[in-house]
Amino acid sequence: MRRQVLIGFAWFAAALLAGCGTAPSSSGPAEKSLILATTTSTQDSGLLDELLPAFTRDSGWQVKTVAVGSGQAIELGRRGEADVLLVHSPAAEEKFVAEGSAGSRRLVMHNDFVLLGPKADPAEVRGTSSTNAMKKIATAQAVFISRGDESGTHSREKDLWSRAGVTPGGSWYQSTGQGMGATLRVASEKAGYTVSDRATYLTQRGTLELEVLSEGDPGLLNVYHVIEMTAKAGSRVQPDGAKAFADWIVAAPAQRLIGEFGRTEFGRPLFTPDAGKDEATLGQ
Amino acid sequence: MDVLFDGLVDAIELLLSGDEDSWSIIALTLRVSLTATAIALLMGLPLGAIVALARFPGRRLLLAAANTGMGMPPVVVGLFVTVLLWRSGPLGGLGLLYTPTAMIIAQAAIATPIVIALVAAALQQVDPDFRVQMQALGASPIRAFAALLGEARLPLLAGAMAAFGAVVSEVGAAQMVGGNLAGQTRVLTTAAVLATSRGQFSLAIAFGMILLSIAFGVNLSLTLIQQQRTAPR
Repeated sequence: MRRQVLIGFAWFAAALLAGCGTAPSSSGPAEKSLILATTTSTQDSGLLDELLPAFTRDSGWQVKTVAVGSGQAIELGRRGEADVLLVHSPAAEEKFVAEGSAGSRRLVMHNDFVLLGPKADPAEVRGTSSTNAMKKIATAQAVFISRGDESGTHSREKDLWSRAGVTPGGSWYQSTGQGMGATLRVASEKAGYTVSDRATYLTQRGTLELEVLSEGDPGLLNVYHVIEMTAKAGSRVQPDGAKAFADWIVAAPAQRLIGEFGRTEFGRPLFTPDAGKDEATLGQ
Repeated sequence: MDVLFDGLVDAIELLLSGDEDSWSIIALTLRVSLTATAIALLMGLPLGAIVALARFPGRRLLLAAANTGMGMPPVVVGLFVTVLLWRSGPLGGLGLLYTPTAMIIAQAAIATPIVIALVAAALQQVDPDFRVQMQALGASPIRAFAALLGEARLPLLAGAMAAFGAVVSEVGAAQMVGGNLAGQTRVLTTAAVLATSRGQFSLAIAFGMILLSIAFGVNLSLTLIQQQRTAPR
């Protein structure tokens, strides 16, 4: 009986170990691969799924994407844990580039933020400017769902509050600490207001009970830059990979992909390609 | 509620259509979690046996540490492993972050304390007289140990199942050290989280159902082995 048990154990161990050897290994040692730190909005909207295979085909670089908030993406760049950043938090980016470990920072694309809320619109913000809307939400103490994750969207939201002269707080102001997709869901379930990038909202609109209530003013412009990291951030940073990606994404073929993305599914592109434009002219 | 039914339909469709992405996610899930479980067993079995049977100072402390480790949040383990594997970390030169190997390391670290604690508990519940008897019968230490494992096989296999269940279902460490890269480190749990954050709820449910079936399949095999010899001899 004992032997059978031992055989059982041996069989089990063998079966487990077989799991290691037979599966295909996914990355060869000679393969070039770079780390792209970017925002949840580029991943949750599906844009990266469209762009990255084309980049790998054109350049031979595999891309490992870390989709986090812009704040964390910049922090990964600062520590040399990423080679290139695709982020949308201009004020934080400018401060970061001034520190000196980053290389060139170039304009890639934009879309816009929208203020979303329940159809009933208890704070009556429909159609007003974003600043005015934030004031009204605070006055009405209507439920507002914040990302609370130092992402580009979160820092824009904080920006809007300070422009409205409001310090949000209290039980009506709730922070999820999660990505855009999850935050939209919470806002929808709680019939609250929230700020979202338009791309993520459009890709998920079907499952949400949220409507665009305020849009289109210059304070809501959402601009994405690509930032190359340099060896100054860390000895294992790959500036050649960073340059390859940054050069590729601002070149015509990638810009065309960006301009087409979402057109068939949503009837309008989710992002406007902007490479080479003057940032001051965006949204006009 | 419809979304649950849609999820079931989606799960069956994904499997039947031979969708390459889904199958590679399933294969990677099995590969990572089974390998991590195997490593945890290889390390946890001897360590658990030592903690259970040997007498040395600090033994109870070690056992308490293993018992604590059973409840360790995967996301904390993931954070530790991430910091170790960072380019600027002590193991950064290996370039392992965001690879399946990194996920195996993290999951093995999650599962090993579980195996140690359950092995120790399993061996300690065997009647101490049993070992004395084996020695009296002239069994070599190795044969005596093998016999002991045989006596404790039910809880031992339960330990293996607990370890596998813990790692195949965790998402925190897999997300953090794996990065959820499509085609490279995306497993069923991280795929389900991504589908959820994209608002693709029935796809997320589908991944969840596939995960459940896999866990059931593995546990069924282990349970069959476990129960095989418990019928009256």
